[in-house]
Formats: sequence, structure tokens, C-alpha cells
Amino acid sequence: MNTQTVQTKITVRDLNFYYGNFHALKNINLDIAEKKVTAFIGPSGCGKSTLLRTFNRMYDLYPKLRAEGQILLNGQNVLDKGVDLNMLRAKVGMVFQKPTPFPMSIYDNIAFGVKLYEHLSRSEMDDRIEWALQKAALWNEVKDKLKQSGLGLSGGQQQRLCIARAVAVKPEVVLLDEPTSALDPISTAHIEELVHELKQDYTIVIVTHNMQQAARVSDVTAYMYLGELMEVGPTDQIFTKPTRKETEDYITGKFG
Amino acid sequence: MTIMHNTIYRRRRLINAFNLTMSTLAMLFGLFWLGWILFTLFSNGLAAISLATFTQNTPGPDSTGGGLLNAIVGSLLMALTGTLIGTPIGILAGIYLAEYGQRGWLAPTARFINDILLSAPSIVIGLFVWIAYIQYVGHFSGWAGSFALALLVIPVVLRTTENMLRLVPHSMREAAYALGAPRWKVVLAVTLRASKAGVITGILLAVSRISGETAPLLFTALNNQFFSANMNQPMANLPVTIFKFAMSPYENWISLAWAGALIVTMAVLILNIIARSLLKKEHG
Repeated sequence: MNTQTVQTKITVRDLNFYYGNFHALKNINLDIAEKKVTAFIGPSGCGKSTLLRTFNRMYDLYPKLRAEGQILLNGQNVLDKGVDLNMLRAKVGMVFQKPTPFPMSIYDNIAFGVKLYEHLSRSEMDDRIEWALQKAALWNEVKDKLKQSGLGLSGGQQQRLCIARAVAVKPEVVLLDEPTSALDPISTAHIEELVHELKQDYTIVIVTHNMQQAARVSDVTAYMYLGELMEVGPTDQIFTKPTRKETEDYITGKFG
Repeated sequence: MTIMHNTIYRRRRLINAFNLTMSTLAMLFGLFWLGWILFTLFSNGLAAISLATFTQNTPGPDSTGGGLLNAIVGSLLMALTGTLIGTPIGILAGIYLAEYGQRGWLAPTARFINDILLSAPSIVIGLFVWIAYIQYVGHFSGWAGSFALALLVIPVVLRTTENMLRLVPHSMREAAYALGAPRWKVVLAVTLRASKAGVITGILLAVSRISGETAPLLFTALNNQFFSANMNQPMANLPVTIFKFAMSPYENWISLAWAGALIVTMAVLILNIIARSLLKKEHG
């Protein structure tokens, strides 16, 4: 893996983030590799979710939040004023901590995002929905009840529905914000397998509280602490011989 | 140790029993009056109500018999138009407050004014329409009545719409935005849909509130002894008819007032039951 040349998908340069007066991210510099899984780990409040949410400018929904610096996606700074946020979010999909199916049928849940950008015929839409559900490993479980409400699924199925929904719009990057923290171990294993599958086509960034999960699913791991990026490197290296004492302390469970 | 434990425990049980008794008594006290009111209403109203109540118009002074047809039709017309005017404004404003107005001074100000409007005495609303509209056109009318009722509908619908939208978990909103949906699409397709039952409940509660209002109609629609479906003319309605008939010396008027009161109460009761069952369906 080290010999392979890896393309950079997202380049973060001198990123600072503020919640009002609180300085939440401090001079972050980071390259996120294309079609790899990058994991952000660190104790609660270290800024890993905050960092993730700058990539699709989710923070823009709230007043008094601001980011300074550069986040280059395909060479364009997504923090620029003129950026079309809807187009950005179409390219950078996101799945959240808690499953968030919309109050509509399974079919419509997935069609919702697709319809925003594409005019598909009925049969093309049917195909897209099957494709997305296959990608999310949910098709076999729901193919006979596509017209039923998405709220009727189990937690793990709902989360896979949300992944299908994010994948259906064919984004370039998928952001996963603690996607399994509300799920049971079997559903978690499902989602982790899925992450493995998805990285063939997408660049994936995952925030996780669970270090074993980071070790299992990611190619690159970034350790954050108190708003700073402490260390970033290939996952096997971070977990076996981290260069910094702080990283080692966290990984070996001395604190966190 | 055990003895102290016991005294603390016994004390707690006594306090519990005392509070439970007091709150039960308070509830019974409230229910007693409500029961009495309903009993009087039903015994007098049921005796007064008949088929003629729904087929004949309000009788003139010093006559016999008669019904409430014109008042019922007038009330329905004005409640309907009032709701049709007030509901869209209330829903749209509620959406603004919940979804758009996070920044700036406009939303907090509008919310404050709406709270005042929500608790404003309805007679003030009637006087306002009288000054702003009746004085201008020069005569009482059904439209003026429905404008006044619309002004009562708006704050109720606005409040419930805003509250119901705020109950929608933020994660659902974020999920829709994360797909790149524009704000109007997020509101219409996701959050408003998620709070549909609550918003409809708000509308029904507003309708039940305006169906009993007398004061705003007194200055606007006035009343009409004859049948009229012309919204540009003074219009008969149940509350004002009840008010007028109940204080009259004529026996048939008084019994019609009881019949009218029963009809209004039943309508409000039924609307409230529908509203409750809708909400239960959603949250239950």
C-alpha cells in the first residue's frame, strides 16, 4: 500500500474553526486520499465531528459558526463565499450518528435526493433505487416493501437506508459521523463491511469513538486532541508504533 | 439505622398521600363545575333542540317557534372563510419562525407580537376590524366577521406550526440538507411532512376557538334575523344570536339560545376529540 501512488481528494490547509469565541479547530493541515477510508479518532470534544462537518459546510446552517483557511476539493476551496452549497453537498454526502429516515416510503427516501439533480424516468429511477439499496446491502431485506414507511425499519436497516440515500446521488465523498454508535454489534458489522465495499468507488471519511472500528475499517487514521491534529498516518502504523506519546496514550487506553 | 430509615420512609409516604389527595381534590373541584355546566347545557339544550332548529330561521320578536338555520349557516360560512384566510398565513409565518428566522431581529419580534395577539381579548380584535374595515366600507358584513376570525386563527396556527416544526429532530433537517436539498424543499418535503398531524391539530383547535367567539362578530358581522349567504351583508351567527336571545324576554328565543349553545359546544367538543386522536396517532 505504501508504494502505491495515492491521489489526494481533499486538501485541508491552515483550517481554523470557531463556535462564536471558542476556537474549536486549530491550524489543521491534512490530505485525504481518494478512494481510501480515513478515520478521525480522539476523545469527546476534540473536534473530529467539527472537522468532518466543515467538508460539506454543514456548520453553515447555524449562526455564529465560522471556518477560516482552505479546504480544497478537486482544487476548489469549499470555504469560498461563492460556493453553491447544494452542489457541494451533492458531491459530499453524509451519514449521521442517529439514523434519520424521512417520514416517507423507503422508495421515496432514496428518490428524494436523486430528484434534486436528475430527471429520471420511472424505470431509470427504479433501477437507481435498486442499485443504491444493493450498494447498501439492504436490497434483499426491503425489495418487497419499498412502498412502506422508512420509519418501520430496524435501527440498523434505517442506517443502511441512510447510506443508500447518500450513495444514490452518486457523490464523490461520503462522510460518516459515528455511523454505528447507535447500533447493535451485528448491524455495526454490516455497516463496517459496507464501508469496505464502498471505498472502491468513494472517498470515505469516518468519525468514530470506537478505536477497534477505526483499526478495522480505515486505511489512514488521524488522531485529534483539543482541536489539534496530533498525528496522521497509515492506520497500521498509528496503531502499532505511533510517533507521539499522546497518540499512544489514547490508543492504549490510558485516557479517553 | 433501620429505625431512621423507617421514619424517613413513613414521612415520604405521608407527604405523598397528602399531595395526592390535594391534587385529586383540585381536579374534582374543576370537574364539578364543568360537569354542572355541561349538565345544565344538555338538559336545557336537548329539550330545546328539534328538527325545526335546523330548518327554520331565527324568529322575530313576539313570535312562536323558529330555528337557527340562518345562524348556523352564517357561523359555518364565517368560520370556514376565516379559517381559509388565517390558516395559510399562520402556517407560512410559523414556517418562517421555525425554519428561516434564526438570524436577525425580525423573528423574535414577530414571535413576541404573536404571543400578544394570542392572548389579546377577542373584543379588541373586533374593534380593530370595526375601525380598519367597517368604518371604511360603511356597513357590517360577513367578510368583516371572517377577517376578525382570521385574526384569531393566525396566532393559534402560527404557534402550533412553529412548535411542531421545532419538535422535528434537528438530525432529520441536517440529513435533508446534507443531500443538497434547498431550504424550501427541506421544509415542504421533510419537516412539514413530519409534523403534519400536529399542524392539522393546530388548525382544528383554532377552528374550535373561533366557533364560540362572540365579541369579534358583534362589531363586524353584527347579526341578521333573516337568511343571507351574502358575505357583503350583515350575517347571522350562533354566538351573537345566543347572546341576544338568552337575554330576551321571549320564551322561544331563550330556548333557541340553549339549543344554539348546545350546538356550539358539541361542535367544539367533536373538533377537540378529532384533534386529540390525530395527535395520538402521530406520537402514540
